[in-house]
Amino acid sequence: MWGDPNKLSRDNLQKEDINPGVQYTGVPSQDELSRCPGVPTETRVKLGRVACIECVQEIPCNPCEGLCKFGAITIGEQITNLPRLHEDKCVGCGLCVAGCPGLAITILDRSYSDTEATIDFPFEYLPLPAVGDQVDAVDRAGQVVCKGRIVRVLRPASYAGTAVICMAIPHEYIDTVRSMKRLPRRD
Amino acid sequence: MREITTDIAVIGAGSAGLSAAYQAASAGADVLVIDENHLPGGQLFKQIHKFFGSRAHQAGTRGFQIGQELLERVQKSGARVWLDTLVYGIERDCSLGVIHDGAHYVVRAKKVIVATGAKENYMAFPGSTLPGVMGAGAAQTMVNVNRVLPGKRVVMLGSGNVGLIVSYQLMQAGADVVALVEAAPEIGGYAVHAGKLRRAGVPILVGHTITRVTGDGQVERVEIAQVDKQFNPIPGTERVLEADTVCLAVGLNPMTELVWMAGCKFCFIPAFGGHVPMHDGNMETTVPGLYVAGDVTGVEEASSAMEEGNLAGVCAAHALGLLTDEQAADKKAEINARLDALRAGLFGERRRTAKQQQLDAMQAEQGGNDHVG
Repeated sequence: MWGDPNKLSRDNLQKEDINPGVQYTGVPSQDELSRCPGVPTETRVKLGRVACIECVQEIPCNPCEGLCKFGAITIGEQITNLPRLHEDKCVGCGLCVAGCPGLAITILDRSYSDTEATIDFPFEYLPLPAVGDQVDAVDRAGQVVCKGRIVRVLRPASYAGTAVICMAIPHEYIDTVRSMKRLPRRD
Repeated sequence: MREITTDIAVIGAGSAGLSAAYQAASAGADVLVIDENHLPGGQLFKQIHKFFGSRAHQAGTRGFQIGQELLERVQKSGARVWLDTLVYGIERDCSLGVIHDGAHYVVRAKKVIVATGAKENYMAFPGSTLPGVMGAGAAQTMVNVNRVLPGKRVVMLGSGNVGLIVSYQLMQAGADVVALVEAAPEIGGYAVHAGKLRRAGVPILVGHTITRVTGDGQVERVEIAQVDKQFNPIPGTERVLEADTVCLAVGLNPMTELVWMAGCKFCFIPAFGGHVPMHDGNMETTVPGLYVAGDVTGVEEASSAMEEGNLAGVCAAHALGLLTDEQAADKKAEINARLDALRAGLFGERRRTAKQQQLDAMQAEQGGNDHVG
């Protein structure tokens, strides 16, 4: 019996050792990410909070460009262009994280402490975690990578229902962790 | 039998119909919108996700909020909306047979705009009639409108945006999605939607289909298998998933019954879901005075439906002399620019080509008539 979604997902993942691309797997390949104009450099991530826009497929969408008050994201007239991050202008405010309909943007900060980095990611499942909770941090394929500690949960009205969660993780997982595992419902 | 006369009758109070009604009523037309459902908004009110597209299309705003704003604009514009009302027929002169509030009406309108939308395709396989097998759109209505969870463990068939978005919303409502199965070799919808599912641990199995569903009076087990290039299941690759719900997201087809009845000429465009009425750049069909807008003209998405509705509303009002040539031309140029943007890029290409094919068919049809005449 093949009832275990996690096992299926893991199987799905193994094929992605040679991930042929996001349109086959739903997970952007290393190649797609390295070519993506929205992904910041390693140097910039070390300096402090910066947006990481993992938008690798040309779809007609441009809310992120308008949300950024610092001109750090540009798309241009042709709305199918991939968003381009101007990492020197980005202050890591996180408005784009809540506003991206694709939930494809996170804020990375490797300077958080000597051992920990933080990632701010969008989260639209209930229940929400509480500050201080230890949760399962997952990668782009939903696999648990390590434990994460919830640092902040933002959900102002302007985010229109999308919570933005700041989670601390060990430095070495900053490139792999992108979300957290859904928490069990209390009902 | 009572007779009602109006400038413009709009059939369907969804994205396209409400937009058409708003434009026409704002131009000063007497507008009657008719919908068989007891709530307006069509599919808009079950779209709880933030929309894509350009900021000009309120991208980043959740669908139901866009619906709410549109409805308020329509109410302020003075258009009348008849709900729970059935249009059962249309004559060649475009008069409508209508059942409203238990009474029979004939609605005579100078212009009719048909915006009836689309319906879900079904797929037959052994066990597909078991309770628990349903359209993805039906499941979406259950969780987002009626707040009923159809099941706890779902297998989704189809990776277009409907399959991807409804899977995500079922998880938001508290279900688990055991797997998303797609016969094509690649994911049909937007990768960012697929990415949300993957981060939540949902496997997306491309090159697979459902071969049968079994269970005692309800869905209990779903057998899936890999498919070859002709989409035939490959023997020996079967796997069985435990699930209580199967959702089918295998495309939509335009609800064209009334347009056929009116005698419109059609063309066949598979990318648009099958037979679609020919129409010109004003959204007018081969039957003078009969306009179409939204998914009934070919299955696209909500933003395009709203723009086609805007276009039909403006053009119908212009044809009645309620807008000057200049006013109409300005509005049409703005709407067409937004439609072009929506049909741009990798994903828009197919729809842009299909729409051009439909407009060309209309032009050939009209050119032919001119020649004969």
